[in-house]
Amino acid sequence: MFYRETGQFKQDYAADSAVFPILQDRYGLAIILAIAFVGIPLFGNEFLLASVMIPFLILSLAAIGLNILVGYTGLLSLGTAGFMGVGAYAAYKLSTIFPQVHILVWILCSGFFAAGIGALFGLPSLRIKGFYLAVATLAAQFFLQWCFVRVSWLYNDNPSGAIEVPARSLFGIAITGPSATPVTRYLVVLIIVVVMTLIASNIVHGRIGRTWMAVRDMDIAAQLMGIRLLPAKLLAFAVSSFYCGVAGALMVFLWLGAAEPSAFDIRLSFVLLFMVIIGGLGSLIGSFMGAALIHIMPIFIRALPESLGLPIGAATVEHLTFLIVGGLIIFFLIVEPHGLARLWQIAKQKLRVWPFPY
Amino acid sequence: MLYNIFIDPFVQMVQMPDLLVQTLWEGLVSGVLYALIALGFVLIFKASGVFNFAQGIMVVFSALTLVGSYEKFASWGFSGPVAAFVALILAAAVMFVLAVLVERVVLRPLVNQPDIILFMATFGITYVLIGFGEMVFGGDPKQMIASELFLPSGAFDVEMLGGRVSFQKLDIAAAVIASVMIAGLAVFFQKTRIGRALRAVADSHKAALSVGISLNQIWVIVWFAAGLVALVTGIMWGARSDVSFALEIVALKALPVLVLGGFTSVPGAIVGGLIIGVGEKLGEFYWGPLLGGGIESWLAYVIALVFLLYRPQGLFGDKIIERI
Repeated sequence: MFYRETGQFKQDYAADSAVFPILQDRYGLAIILAIAFVGIPLFGNEFLLASVMIPFLILSLAAIGLNILVGYTGLLSLGTAGFMGVGAYAAYKLSTIFPQVHILVWILCSGFFAAGIGALFGLPSLRIKGFYLAVATLAAQFFLQWCFVRVSWLYNDNPSGAIEVPARSLFGIAITGPSATPVTRYLVVLIIVVVMTLIASNIVHGRIGRTWMAVRDMDIAAQLMGIRLLPAKLLAFAVSSFYCGVAGALMVFLWLGAAEPSAFDIRLSFVLLFMVIIGGLGSLIGSFMGAALIHIMPIFIRALPESLGLPIGAATVEHLTFLIVGGLIIFFLIVEPHGLARLWQIAKQKLRVWPFPY
Repeated sequence: MLYNIFIDPFVQMVQMPDLLVQTLWEGLVSGVLYALIALGFVLIFKASGVFNFAQGIMVVFSALTLVGSYEKFASWGFSGPVAAFVALILAAAVMFVLAVLVERVVLRPLVNQPDIILFMATFGITYVLIGFGEMVFGGDPKQMIASELFLPSGAFDVEMLGGRVSFQKLDIAAAVIASVMIAGLAVFFQKTRIGRALRAVADSHKAALSVGISLNQIWVIVWFAAGLVALVTGIMWGARSDVSFALEIVALKALPVLVLGGFTSVPGAIVGGLIIGVGEKLGEFYWGPLLGGGIESWLAYVIALVFLLYRPQGLFGDKIIERI
């Protein structure tokens, strides 16, 4: 009834191939952005901003990066956390070597370092496929994490072995370091994530994205059609690692404030892969949905017994969270193996023809 | 620098052969354990095409069940070898229940889905088992009941090559038990009716279905077999160190072993395990100090990666033929 495209005529190809061809979708997006930019900073409390929204946005960005690789190009990677670490350490080194240059510039530049490393570890992807490639990317994960522990140059010989974020400001407002308020950090993260999502959307809907999808669906056929596999796959690795690198830098500079090498361990890679699969392979909105589900659901589960007044110890709650998250993962995979994005699509399709079945 | 990399380690090996033998032995022992975990992976991958990430946690879970139930018996005043073996049977029964549950709840609804979805589902199983295991048995490391299960302890030294090499009796027992189990599995696969059915399923699901082999039944059997392998691995590994969830990360080491041996080959898992175990220990001992140590954490993966570039299907894997 409300969600119907009747009367919306498209008069040129550009309108027809738009990312959001339906007017209601554009309104919906505008409302979501308005809530994100105005509503949440105005009405959200510190916990919502610092522990829910900032991590959610950063993890979404990393999930988008991984989705470009796994969902769009069909290359299974378990080295995501390693590439995020590259971004974080690159941003840290650059900002301590060249403190005059603004830190946001370095956060974005760190993505290029991650992209380079990612492309390097993507080289085997030409010969290796599927789970074999996943194991090959595990080499990247463990090697990079070892570097973060052993190469003391990376953390400026800090005795604790951790990287700490220097305090920096933009137009007189502190954006990193202890004096930065959650609101400013949230807005900075939000702007970067929105802009980068827009760019990703344009990449995957354009020629490059179609190349990737052809490689995903069958790489030999893609090769026969004139797609050069090595550049296509390496580009996917580079772009994906760029996104992961920026997400890693944001994670340290605007969320955690300081990070040890263990922040980038294999579990993070797995969690991100979950987000991509639960959200939906090959879907940008799915990356956000997956990140929301996997990050926010445990927060709810943890808060639930307390709000209900159940006398359960903290350790038990933690175990229950694991149990429930695992169960829900299996449940969602069984209900819809194509992820939440597919459920969303089905719901929209039903709404379009409502109240008729088809 | 080049001297340090290419010549010095070999000079050391020749000069102190006893140390070399000791390192090789330790590599072989950890290789046997990697091979056992990899064996569990291969069994399931062959029969159901599922890349079972949960094998590592199954090792921990089965060992915890064994130790946990023994502790429960002991608290009722029922201890000693008899109780230990009752606990062993109980742990095996739990693994059987797990196999049935996995088949009913996870595999059956997800049949014919893409590989990566099934892979993710085994992740879900991992999470469930971690949560359940910690809730029931607690998160603290536990002592394996090695002596109650008549596993030998202590070490003996052998004079050889101008030095002493020490062998843990437990390691020898582990190697023997692993060999017996692998031989048993081989006989089971080659000679029995169920074994033939398993091989048929591994060759082609559809053809196996069409000659009347029940896939669901085969999956239960195969997951149960992998559970038993996990139980044995858990006992061996638990006897060397404590039983704790840290084992789960170590189980990731089985992945390069699989890559090296090929996902579908039982001999490959064993040979791959030994190669990775030995290569890792040699690398750590002779070349590790050059890089600041700790290279054990990634050396196995790099060995596997380099290997993959030359032989993408692994040492013994089936040749990958791609058609359009």
